[in-house]
Amino acid sequence: MDLKSKCLEVRKNILLELGTLGVGHIGGSLSIVELLVVLYNNHMRVDPHNPKLQGRDRLVVSKGHSGPAVYAVLCQMGYFPKAWLETLNKPGTNLPSHCDMNRTPGVDMTTGSLGQGFSCAVGIALASKLKKDGAYIYSIVGDGESQEGQIWESAMLASHHRLNNLIAFTDRNNLQLDGKTEDICKIEPLDEKWKSFGFNVITVQNGNSCSEVDEAIRKAKKATSPTMIILNTVKGCGVDFAESAGASNHSMTISEGLYKDALKKLEGKL
Amino acid sequence: MEMREMFALEIEKAMLKNENIVILNADLAKPNGFGELSKKYPERVINVGIAEQNMACVAAGMSSYGFIPFICTFTPFATRRICDQIAVSICYANQNVKIIGTDPGISAEYNGGTHMSVEDVGVLRSIPNIVIFEPTDNIQLKNMLPQILNYEGPLYIRMFRKKTSDIFDSTEKFDLFKSKVIKEGKDISVFCSGIMVEETLKANQVLEEEGIDAEIINIHTWKPIDKESILKSAGKTGGVVTVENHNIIGGLNSAVAEVLSEGCPVPVRSIGIKDVFCQQVGKMLYLKEVYHTTEKDIVLAVKKCLKLKA
Repeated sequence: MDLKSKCLEVRKNILLELGTLGVGHIGGSLSIVELLVVLYNNHMRVDPHNPKLQGRDRLVVSKGHSGPAVYAVLCQMGYFPKAWLETLNKPGTNLPSHCDMNRTPGVDMTTGSLGQGFSCAVGIALASKLKKDGAYIYSIVGDGESQEGQIWESAMLASHHRLNNLIAFTDRNNLQLDGKTEDICKIEPLDEKWKSFGFNVITVQNGNSCSEVDEAIRKAKKATSPTMIILNTVKGCGVDFAESAGASNHSMTISEGLYKDALKKLEGKL
Repeated sequence: MEMREMFALEIEKAMLKNENIVILNADLAKPNGFGELSKKYPERVINVGIAEQNMACVAAGMSSYGFIPFICTFTPFATRRICDQIAVSICYANQNVKIIGTDPGISAEYNGGTHMSVEDVGVLRSIPNIVIFEPTDNIQLKNMLPQILNYEGPLYIRMFRKKTSDIFDSTEKFDLFKSKVIKEGKDISVFCSGIMVEETLKANQVLEEEGIDAEIINIHTWKPIDKESILKSAGKTGGVVTVENHNIIGGLNSAVAEVLSEGCPVPVRSIGIKDVFCQQVGKMLYLKEVYHTTEKDIVLAVKKCLKLKA
C-alpha cells in the first residue's frame, strides 16, 4: 500500500473511531494524518511487537487530544487489533481521548494538559543524548498550544543543550477551540519566534502532502540544533463536513448520517 | 551538618552506584546544596534555568527513559507552582520522579510570605499516586534515602535545608511507610513531623514534669499515612494532638483527622498554621511565637485535649 492509500485508510479509521462514538476531536486528528503516516512508515525506528523497545525513536503528541489519529496509525502499524478502534472512549477502553502511555501500546508519553508534552519530549531527547543511543525524538505541538508559556521554556532548554535529536512539528491549521489563533492571541511570526529560540526552522507549504513532510524530516535529521517543522495544514483535512465546520471541528458531534456519508466518499477515493 | 550538605553527600554516593540518578535544578542549585555536584557531574546535575514547569516535565520525560530524576526547588515552586505538571505528567503518568521542596512553612524565614508554603502538602495530598515524606533530621533522611530510591513512583521530600538537631540515634532504623514511635505513653497521642518534632520533645519535658504521660509519634510520611499506628495509639490514649509546620487545613492534622473520624473518633487539637499567610519575616524562633507553634502552645493544646477527653 502506498502512503496516499495509507492516509486514506487512516482517515477511515479515525471516522470509525469517532463516528461509532458520535463525538470527538476530529479536526486536529485529521490535520496530522500525513505527518503520522510518514513518520511511522518512513522514519521511526520502532517495533509494533515490542512497543517498549530500548533505544527506539519516540513520538510525543503534545496536542494530546489528537489521540484518535495516533490510534488510527498505531492500529495500521499493527500495535493492536482493529476491533479496538470501535472502543474509543467507551467503558474499559485502551484508547482514551487523550494519549495515555500506560494504556495504549505504542504511545510514548501521557499528554492532554497542553504545553507539557513538548517539555517531556525535551526531557526524553536529553535522556537519549545521555544514553548516547542515537534515537530521534519527535513531538507534535498544536498551533494554539504554542500560546502556552511552557512551550517556550522547553524551547530554550532544547536549544541550550543543542538537542539535534529533537524534531518537532507545529500543526499550523490556524484554528483553536474558540476560533482563529490570530484572532484570539496571535502567534505569528511563528517561524521567527522559533528561529530566535535557536531552532532550525523548516516551513512546509502543504503539511498535508506526504512528500513535502518527508523531505522536511530528512533535512531536519542533518541539523546541528533542534528543529521545528511548521506544517501548514487544514484542520479537518480530507473530510468535508469536518473541514467546513471550521473552528467548531475541534470537537464536534458526528451524526450517523454524516459519518456514513463521509466514509462512503473516502471509500470512493481508495 | 546542614540537611542540604548531608543530602548532597549521600546522593553523590548513590549516583556513583546508580548511573540513572539525575538532579534537575531551577536556578537554586547552590542554595539547595547542589553547587559542587553540578560542577562535578555537569551532565547529570542539570540546571534548567528559572522554569519550574519545564523542570517537572523534563524530569517526567527522563523518567520515561529509565532515569530517576530528582527535581529540587523551594517548596512553593516545587508544589503549587507546578501542581498540574505534577498531577498529569508525573503522577497520572506514573513517572519515577522525586520532588524535593526545601524551606517548608516558616523555615523560609527572611524570604517571607511569598516563600512560606503553608499549603504545599495540601496541594499534593489530593493528587493520587504520590508519596509525601517530611524528614525529621539528617539521620532519618540518610536512612530513608535507599528506600526512596527503591520506591518506583512519584515521591515528595519536604526538606528543611539548614542545620537540624539530631533527634534520632545514628543506629535507629526507619520504615518509609511506618511512623516512628519516639516515646510510648498512655494519656494522649501527639503526632508530629519535621522541625516540630524537636518542639514537641521540648513540650514533653514540661508535660512529664506535670505528670502527663504522652505518646509521641513521628509521622514522617504523610501519604500514605500509617493508619494502623494512628488508630492503635488513639485507641489507647483517647485523645490526639497533631503538630506540624503547615496549614492545619490539608496537612498532617487533616490526614490524621481523616483516619480518626472513620476508625477512632476521639478529641483532636492541632498545632500548625491556622489558615493564614505567614506574612511576618524573621527567624524561626520568632515565627513560631507569632504563629503559635511553640512548645508552650503544644503544652496548652495537650491540656485542652485532655479536658475534652475527660
